[in-house]
Amino acid sequence: MTHLIILPVILPALLAPLIGFVMRHDMTLARAASVAGTVLLVVVALILLGAAADGTTHVYRLGDWPAPFGIVLVLDRLSALMVLLTATLALIVLIHAIATGWDARGWHFHALFQFQLMGVCGAFLTGDVFNLFVFFEVLLIASYGLMIHSGGKERMRAGLQYVVMNLAGSTLFLFALGTLYASTGTLNIADLAVRIPEIPADEAALVRVAAILLMVVFAVKAALFPVQFWLPATYANAPAPVAALFAIMTKVGAYAIIRVHTLAFGPGVPGTDGLIGTWLFPAAIVTIAVGAFGVLGARRLMPLIAFSVVGSMGTLLVAVAAFSSEGTSAALYYMVHSTFAGACLFLIADLVVSQRRADTLRTMPPTLQNGLFAALFFAAAIGMAGMPPLSGFLGKLLVMDALRDPGMMAWAWTAILVGSLMTIVGFARAGSTLFWKSTALPAADPAAAGGPTPVPPATSAQIAPAMIALAVLAGLAAFAGPVSGYLEDTSAQLFDRAGYVAAVLGPGEEG
Amino acid sequence: MEIVIASTTGILTAGGVYLILRLRTFPVILGLALLSYAVNVFLFASGRLAVDQSPVLSKYGDATYTDPLPQALVLTAIVISFGMTAVLVMVGLSAYFEAESDRIDIEPAPAGEDEPEEDARA
Repeated sequence: MTHLIILPVILPALLAPLIGFVMRHDMTLARAASVAGTVLLVVVALILLGAAADGTTHVYRLGDWPAPFGIVLVLDRLSALMVLLTATLALIVLIHAIATGWDARGWHFHALFQFQLMGVCGAFLTGDVFNLFVFFEVLLIASYGLMIHSGGKERMRAGLQYVVMNLAGSTLFLFALGTLYASTGTLNIADLAVRIPEIPADEAALVRVAAILLMVVFAVKAALFPVQFWLPATYANAPAPVAALFAIMTKVGAYAIIRVHTLAFGPGVPGTDGLIGTWLFPAAIVTIAVGAFGVLGARRLMPLIAFSVVGSMGTLLVAVAAFSSEGTSAALYYMVHSTFAGACLFLIADLVVSQRRADTLRTMPPTLQNGLFAALFFAAAIGMAGMPPLSGFLGKLLVMDALRDPGMMAWAWTAILVGSLMTIVGFARAGSTLFWKSTALPAADPAAAGGPTPVPPATSAQIAPAMIALAVLAGLAAFAGPVSGYLEDTSAQLFDRAGYVAAVLGPGEEG
Repeated sequence: MEIVIASTTGILTAGGVYLILRLRTFPVILGLALLSYAVNVFLFASGRLAVDQSPVLSKYGDATYTDPLPQALVLTAIVISFGMTAVLVMVGLSAYFEAESDRIDIEPAPAGEDEPEEDARA
């Protein structure tokens, strides 16, 4: 059990170079290895979830150095949940990428994919902020490669923007860490949780600067207003399976906000009290609005979905900004939901776009499987917009229920309800243009003179991943009781700072 | 000493931010390099400035020492920023060869409404 905690990092880290160097000329072998590794990751994540479910905080000391001096990996309910979420999403996306042949359209898809998983899992497991920075860089450098996978003019330019944006973000992260270290003398999250509350409020100016800088860095990852502008261009131009995988990347930002700000700068700390809620809440409200207007204004399918992802991040962070136990458990439920909903929409969009050969929102002759695609798109859009019976409805309900604080309620409820309505209108418009009005046109004539060769209909293997993602949404709704029970325990554990600190710093813990 | 470190960090950061705002690949790469120099100097200073001190505790005397951790952090940061700059140069070069333009921003589509494929931001 003890060494299992590091396996989500080690496994992809060993597999990726193997795939990259040994199997680079054998696509079948690379695919098999990548799928096997990801399945194993799901199994490991399930075991870890089982181990964390009883509420113990497992600590893994790298090199067996005691906590404030060495780097620790910490497995609690939240980390286990996030690793499982990553692994499941990765498996779905991987099957889609293989079935549609996206992985063969450029070099090293599987190696980069595994490096990406290593970075994401590491970021979820680490208990040290500098180590968090390192894992951020690992996942970013893999994501640069995936983002420009298979190339193309627009994709390269959007990729360049994405790289520049994130390099600037990384520099800011280092500035934040330097400030934090200068003012507290430690970078271990548990140690920070001990030392920051000891700093009197009138001497905490540097800590406040560090807290806000970290906030901005994580906001860049989580696509929070005013640093959300990289996301639509990136997601809309990335290969669709990669965009679906990136659904977890914004969640890394949200996770980091939850983890660092509940533990280190949490409520009740004199130096930074109320700081995060004051800034996070209005920014999240504006993010919802940006997402909703973007969905209404998009002229292509991929940007439409990207903007709906921005809106869902806004909803998620509004719940986080409440900084209460209920708010956080609602945010976690919505986080799981929106990861799968966003990924599912990107996968369906990939099928639709490859059949239509264009992702503009205009009427074109119907594709061969118009009805099937329409049904899939309809279901996923319902999930994303937050209508019953899928889990988006329950997620938004939980978020709104948690935001009963009179200062927040009016703003949050208005933003979420109006934002949802606008998202529904945007998706309905897109869906009717793509699928409904298209049926009025005559079917495309494949034999038309000089026309392109007809696209073969999507195979069941290509449709299955999107179906699985939809099934996960339905499952989240059907088993909302047990799931939200686990999430309530999770957020109770998150707000139990003393428990975390004792597990990491205390003597006599398992290592 | 303090004034030198502080002004160096400030000037490097200001230069870096200015160059990033130029929105062309080459100045942006230089700007990010300057920013990473600035942050490396800043990380050194985060362990307090101590001149001519060894970074190792001596058990034979109560000699003062300089904090070794920021030096390790800086080393990590240098390696990472070096690798990232290399990636950025490669991505920038391929984007330049693909698009025949070295601008970082993506221009809005030309007036025609019928070719929104060119419109990456929608």
